[in-house]
Amino acid sequence: MFRRVFIANRGVVARRIVRACSELGVESVAAYSDLDRAAPHVAEATASARLPGYRAADTYVNIERVIAAAKSAGADALHPGYGFLAENPDFASRVAAAGIAFIGPAPDVIRTFGEKTGARRHMEQAGFPVAPGSELIEDERALSAAARRIGWPVMLKPAAGGGGIGMRVARSEAELVAAFASAKALAQGAFGNAAVYLEALLPNPRHIELQMLGDGKRVRCVGERECSVQRRHQKVIEEAPAPGVRSGHLADIGERAVAALEAMGYASLGTVETLLAKRRFAFLEVNTRLQVEHGVTEEVTGLDLVQLQIRLAAGERLDELLPPERAPQGSNRFAVQARIYAEDSRRMLPSTGRLSTYRPPRLTGVRVEAGYAEGQAMTPYYDPLLAKVIGTGPTRELAIGRTLVGVKAFEIRGVDTNRDLLQAILRHPDFLAGKVHTGWLESRLKAAPAPAGAPLLL
Amino acid sequence: MARVQIESEVTGNVWKVEVAAGDAVQEGDVLIILESMKMEIPVEAPEAGKVAELLVAPEDSVEEDQVVAVIETA
Repeated sequence: MFRRVFIANRGVVARRIVRACSELGVESVAAYSDLDRAAPHVAEATASARLPGYRAADTYVNIERVIAAAKSAGADALHPGYGFLAENPDFASRVAAAGIAFIGPAPDVIRTFGEKTGARRHMEQAGFPVAPGSELIEDERALSAAARRIGWPVMLKPAAGGGGIGMRVARSEAELVAAFASAKALAQGAFGNAAVYLEALLPNPRHIELQMLGDGKRVRCVGERECSVQRRHQKVIEEAPAPGVRSGHLADIGERAVAALEAMGYASLGTVETLLAKRRFAFLEVNTRLQVEHGVTEEVTGLDLVQLQIRLAAGERLDELLPPERAPQGSNRFAVQARIYAEDSRRMLPSTGRLSTYRPPRLTGVRVEAGYAEGQAMTPYYDPLLAKVIGTGPTRELAIGRTLVGVKAFEIRGVDTNRDLLQAILRHPDFLAGKVHTGWLESRLKAAPAPAGAPLLL
Repeated sequence: MARVQIESEVTGNVWKVEVAAGDAVQEGDVLIILESMKMEIPVEAPEAGKVAELLVAPEDSVEEDQVVAVIETA
């Protein structure tokens, strides 16, 4: 096992990793920018390391500085969390070259799944279903030919992208040609790579993803999550298990995901994301890292995914960590996570300011992951995730109810939050019936704009 | 001829300036793209006119309600 893990992240996830390290008896080193000196993860870690500056480019995504800080802290492993450098293959190989174990899969695996057409090709060859799509599109002639083959509507996607950033929908040839140049410029700006490709736009799909664990030889699927409540392709509410999907159907897609990752020699924790439309799964992407919504899987399986991720990186075998006879075989637990963001629910705008009040509730059946301390500021420099509230129970209704109570009881003042939106979703008949898709939230918000001052209704 | 001041709705940084002083713009055209909390927030022309002044440049930080551009309407 490692002696000292350097955490190249901040906020909610940094605190989660500190906790896993403490429980494993491993020392943790919290990195912090000049804005995060007072953050709880810094106080709770064994040691801390300053990354001077504010901007992510100067601090948490500055490869030179992060590696130098990890080396001088005497770390023998580095956990990248999610976001920032978590899926940067050059970073992963430079960490390894510095003699520090990168807690994640091998750099070439991160690279393969980071390039979306290559990832599609790999999954398809391994027998995993993919939506109709194209290779990289070089020019307008190839664009039109590919779109006609796939059929309308199509989605233009950045090949180096992920997380839904920079995607454009086109319903006709004219729209497609108009979107092509701007999609390339957007991809260049967001990912430093202008390459784009086409994929069929599936009708009202559900987002269902599979939690995977691998040790290089064996890969196991430990359950699925449903994450269909999204805005701007960002998840807002997640749950496990996925309501109303046949267990045989899930077992089949889980086995295909296992085969695809085993073919790659996948050695870490990872997620295979899919879209489910008209009772068919289609590959979306593989995230080669811990996910924000890992907690709902932990709550229903009893596994600690962050500890498992660290132990796999330290070379432990999956069959010892998770003996097949003790592997989770379906569950009679239900868990729902709500993400509290610093944003105005009506205008969908980020909200900055000082957290004059920030008091996480303590309630039965409610797990709260809080990334901030009262008095800290929410700044434009980092993402708007304030906290996660995870309700768990023996029925889905109780898990939803506990999440709702937890969101209501979380006292936050000083910034606008989306707590009113979360409550409106958690009470909505469509959500309660498990009948939501990835476009549902935005269509509800468009259909029911609430006047200022009035309660938000969906 | 009226001068319309355009304010930022958020605290953030200027990511891109999409127009130049003197450009004619239509209602809804994107003048500036701000970045805050990893989100892109477009600043749009509230009505048609001509860009009279651009008061920010890429990488500038802006406060909520800060005037970022002025357009002259016909």
